[in-house]
Amino acid sequence: MSLSGKVAIAGAYEHPTRWAPDKSESLIMAECARGALKDAGLELSDVDGLFAASMSMGIMGVPNLAEYLNIKPRYLDGTNIGGSSFVAHVSHAAAAIHAGLCEVALVLYGSTAASNAMAIGTGLGGGGADPEAAFIAPYGMTTVGSYAMVAQRHAHLYGTRPEQLAEIAVTMRQHASLNPEAKMQKPITVDDVLASRVISTPLHLLDCCIISDGGGALIVTSLERARDLAKAPVVLQGCGEAVCHQEIGAPDLLTIAAEQSGKQAFAMAGMGHDAVDLCTIYDSFTITLLVTLENLGFCKPGEGGAFVEGGRIGLGGALPVNPDGGGLSSNHPGMRGIFLVIEAVRQLRGGLGPRQVEGAEVALVHGTGGTLGSLHSGATLLLSRD
Amino acid sequence: MRPKEIEYRTPATNWQTLAFWEGCGRGELVLQRCQDCDVVQHKPRGLCVSCLSSSLDHFVASGRATVYTFTITHQNGMPAFRDACPYVLAYVDLEEGPRLMTHIVGCAPEDISIGMPVRADFVMTDKDLGIPRFVPA
Repeated sequence: MSLSGKVAIAGAYEHPTRWAPDKSESLIMAECARGALKDAGLELSDVDGLFAASMSMGIMGVPNLAEYLNIKPRYLDGTNIGGSSFVAHVSHAAAAIHAGLCEVALVLYGSTAASNAMAIGTGLGGGGADPEAAFIAPYGMTTVGSYAMVAQRHAHLYGTRPEQLAEIAVTMRQHASLNPEAKMQKPITVDDVLASRVISTPLHLLDCCIISDGGGALIVTSLERARDLAKAPVVLQGCGEAVCHQEIGAPDLLTIAAEQSGKQAFAMAGMGHDAVDLCTIYDSFTITLLVTLENLGFCKPGEGGAFVEGGRIGLGGALPVNPDGGGLSSNHPGMRGIFLVIEAVRQLRGGLGPRQVEGAEVALVHGTGGTLGSLHSGATLLLSRD
Repeated sequence: MRPKEIEYRTPATNWQTLAFWEGCGRGELVLQRCQDCDVVQHKPRGLCVSCLSSSLDHFVASGRATVYTFTITHQNGMPAFRDACPYVLAYVDLEEGPRLMTHIVGCAPEDISIGMPVRADFVMTDKDLGIPRFVPA
């Protein structure tokens, strides 16, 4: 009994803030809940499933959040698999709704990563008391460094050039220039990217996502119920999850979680790649987006560099990716997965003005969590108009 | 300014991993081999993750490896690494199979390439343990 076509996203809200030193994580989440409920035309009392993760939520995180919101959900899910968590929350919520365990699921994220001055990309390694981590800790692998090793391997095997990675950053900035809420809106060139300082070879500063504050919320419910709500439903057609790599970077650094999760999502949806009008893909770094496109099967391994050239992933291109500007330019409050889903929902509803992908019927969402070059999770959704 | 040497801390250990770190303290790269299915694994665990057998042996590996990938780290805000930038973070493939995360030292970062042969080199820490790094073979 497939989940495909049974459950829909009925509400979506992206917090407009990019800098919120006056707010707590819980307050940002609560404000996002208010926004998504209003978007869907529902009340807080309708919520009976709560799904959330954040950079600080641990044991009792979801119960604490329920208390903050003054709700009494009958289904709790604090799955935290990194930045992809919220992509996975949508499929977990769909399964729970389809099984009758809840009816209206609220998915939340909030973060003050920027105003807390978190060095997300360049502050890892050292010592620590965890024997399991001792095989990585001495080597000062930064988040950037983990992804950089993937980029270096890709360049070695396939001759992928820094200019090709840079074009991804340029395209995301072009998209952000059309998004009034994006943090970085001033257009950049390939030369700007290559002239920015090297953080970890071959990745430059402008190959890296920005750090912002922010948050978002989603309302997931049955397609049947969604059809009676305020906005056109966005239907879940396929989903999948995966984990890579084994034994520290094995067996192949360029075969990432998206390969497995994408295959499952396409099979469940009964769709081919040709059906996809746009993608929202986690772009923590330029290389993340490139290898994700390859692993999802939009091009063959090694062809990612050529695939992203010539504006092909830009608006008006063959496969527009991240029309909001992505994590490279719009916002990146630590765990960006929820914004991938939100932008896909907005695009499928339509009416976004200059950044609208015309006639968008099907969107693919892929989130990566953790560090791509060592241990990471992947979660994929295929979403469509009703 | 010449980058500072990285000061490695004494690794945290448990009974599953101690043999590896003690080996490093003797200048030996110690790996696990499953007595039932013969698979060599790293990092060390309490059982074989290929067949779930608890019968594991330890043996001294050759220390010979090739560079699988690497990155020259120019920025890390953590105190232990800040002044050591740029340093080379890498994965190396051991002759015996497993892949290790490590540092490559003993040559200019720009002279390192993927596929380059390297060999294990060790820095001693407290408690007679050590940290493996690799140098050009």
